[in-house]
Amino acid sequence: MKLTLHVWRQKNAQDTGGMVRYDVPNVNEHMSFLEMLDVLNESLIEKGQDPIAFDHDCREGICGMCGMMINGKAHGGFPGTTVCQVHMRHFKDGDVIYLEPWRAKAFPVIKDLAVNRASFDRIIAAGGFISVPTGSAPDGNAIPIRKQDADLAMDAAACIGCGACVAACPNAAAALFVGAKISHLGHLPQGKVERDRRALAMVQQMNIEGFANCTNIGECEAACPKDIKLEVIARTNRDYIKAAFTERPDSTSAGAG
Amino acid sequence: MSATAVSLPAGSLHFWQTTVGKKAIMAITGFILFGFIVGHLLGNLQIFLPPEKINHYSATLKSLPALLWGARITLLLAVGLHIWSSFQLWLLQRDARPIKYVKKANLNSTYASRTMLWSGPIILAFLIFHLLHFTFGTVHPGGPFDEHNVYNNVVTGFQVWPVSLFYIVAMIMLCYHLYHGLWSMFQSLGFSHPVYTPWLQRFAKLVAILIAAGNISIPVAVLAGFIKPV
Repeated sequence: MKLTLHVWRQKNAQDTGGMVRYDVPNVNEHMSFLEMLDVLNESLIEKGQDPIAFDHDCREGICGMCGMMINGKAHGGFPGTTVCQVHMRHFKDGDVIYLEPWRAKAFPVIKDLAVNRASFDRIIAAGGFISVPTGSAPDGNAIPIRKQDADLAMDAAACIGCGACVAACPNAAAALFVGAKISHLGHLPQGKVERDRRALAMVQQMNIEGFANCTNIGECEAACPKDIKLEVIARTNRDYIKAAFTERPDSTSAGAG
Repeated sequence: MSATAVSLPAGSLHFWQTTVGKKAIMAITGFILFGFIVGHLLGNLQIFLPPEKINHYSATLKSLPALLWGARITLLLAVGLHIWSSFQLWLLQRDARPIKYVKKANLNSTYASRTMLWSGPIILAFLIFHLLHFTFGTVHPGGPFDEHNVYNNVVTGFQVWPVSLFYIVAMIMLCYHLYHGLWSMFQSLGFSHPVYTPWLQRFAKLVAILIAAGNISIPVAVLAGFIKPV
C-alpha cells in the first residue's frame, strides 16, 4: 500500500519544528508501524536526508520507550497496544497519517518524535519506591498478601511509563502514571509503610514538573497500552488528601540513641 | 536522616497549592452548590401551586435571617472557591501543553466532561443575571418588580421570551456541568469503585437531567400560558 505521512520534524530542543510530508510507497501490511518508519528512514538516508528520530527499544510492548501520536491518538488508539505493536494491516492504501510527538511542557522534544521523559524519572525518584535494606532475598511467603491486593498491585505495576496518558490528556496531566505507581506500591505491605509520604512527595513532584490537573474525563485510560484504570487516580487523591491532613513534620529527635 | 527514606521535595507545596488539593476544593464546593441547586429547585417548583404558597415560602425564608444569610455566605464562599480553583487550574492546564497538537482525537471522554471550563462560565453569567433578575429585581424587563410577590415576578419575568430562552440554555449548560461534575467530585475526593462508580455515573446523568428539566419546566409553563400572572 501507499501512504502519505505528515511527520513532526524538529532538529533539536531549540528548533521550532514543523510538519513535513512524506510519501511512502510499498508499505507491506505485515510490517509493524515502526518497521514502516524504518523503511522510510532508510530511503531518507539513501537520499542523504536526516532520518526521523523516534524512541523504541524492545518492540514488543513492554519497555515503554516507543510512543507517538498517530492521527491524534496516543500509540494509534488501539486497545492495550503500544506503537511498536501496531501493524500496518490497520491501515489501507492511500491513508494519510499524522505523526506527532507527545505534547507536554514536562516532555520537551529532544528531536522529531522523541521526547525527554526525565520528569517521570524525577517523580519516581521522589517516592515511587520502597525503602528496604539490601541483603539476602527474604523468604517468598514470609509476608502474607491478600490475593486481591496482589492482583491490584500487579495490574498497576503493568504501567511501563510510556507517557501516553500525559499525551492523551487535554491537560497534559500525569495522574494516571502517578496513580499507577501509588497503587502498585500502596497495595502491598512493603509499600504501605511509606504510603502517606509517597503520595505527598509524588503529587508535589508531579506539580513541580508542570503536569496539570486531572479532570476525570478518562482519555488517559483509553490511551493506556497497559489498561491502567482511572481508579488508580482516585487512590492517589485519597492517599494524598489523607496524608496532607495527617502527615507530621520530621521529628528532630526521633530514632536518636 | 529522616525516619523514612521518602522525603518531600524542596519547597513543599501546601494542600491548596497542589492540583489534587485544588480539585478536592472544587469537589467539596461543587457538592455544596449541588445541595443548594436541589433545594432551590424544590422550593421553586411551588410555582405550580397557588400563588400564596411560593410567596409565603419566600416570606418565611426572609423572616429567618440567620438561615438566609448563613446560606448566602456559605454559597458565596463556595462559588468563590469553586471559581478561584478552576481559574488556577485553567492557568496550569494552559501552561502544561504550550504546543498544541495538529491532530487530536477524543476516544473516551464525554462532551460534558471536556467542556466544564465552558459550561462553568456560562452558568456564572447566568447566575449574575438571575440574581439581578429575581433577587435584586434591578433587571426585570417583564414588568414591575415586587419583592413581596415572587409569583408575579417569576411569571412576568418569564413572559419575556428571550429571557426564558437564556434561562433554558443556561439550564442545559448546568445539566452538562452536573452530568460530569456529580460523579467526578467523588473521584476527586478519592472514591472510585468498579461496581459503584458506574452507578454513580448513571445517577449523575439522571439527576443532571431531572434538575435541568425541573428548572426548564418553569419558563416553559409560563410561555405556554399554563402559569398566568395574578
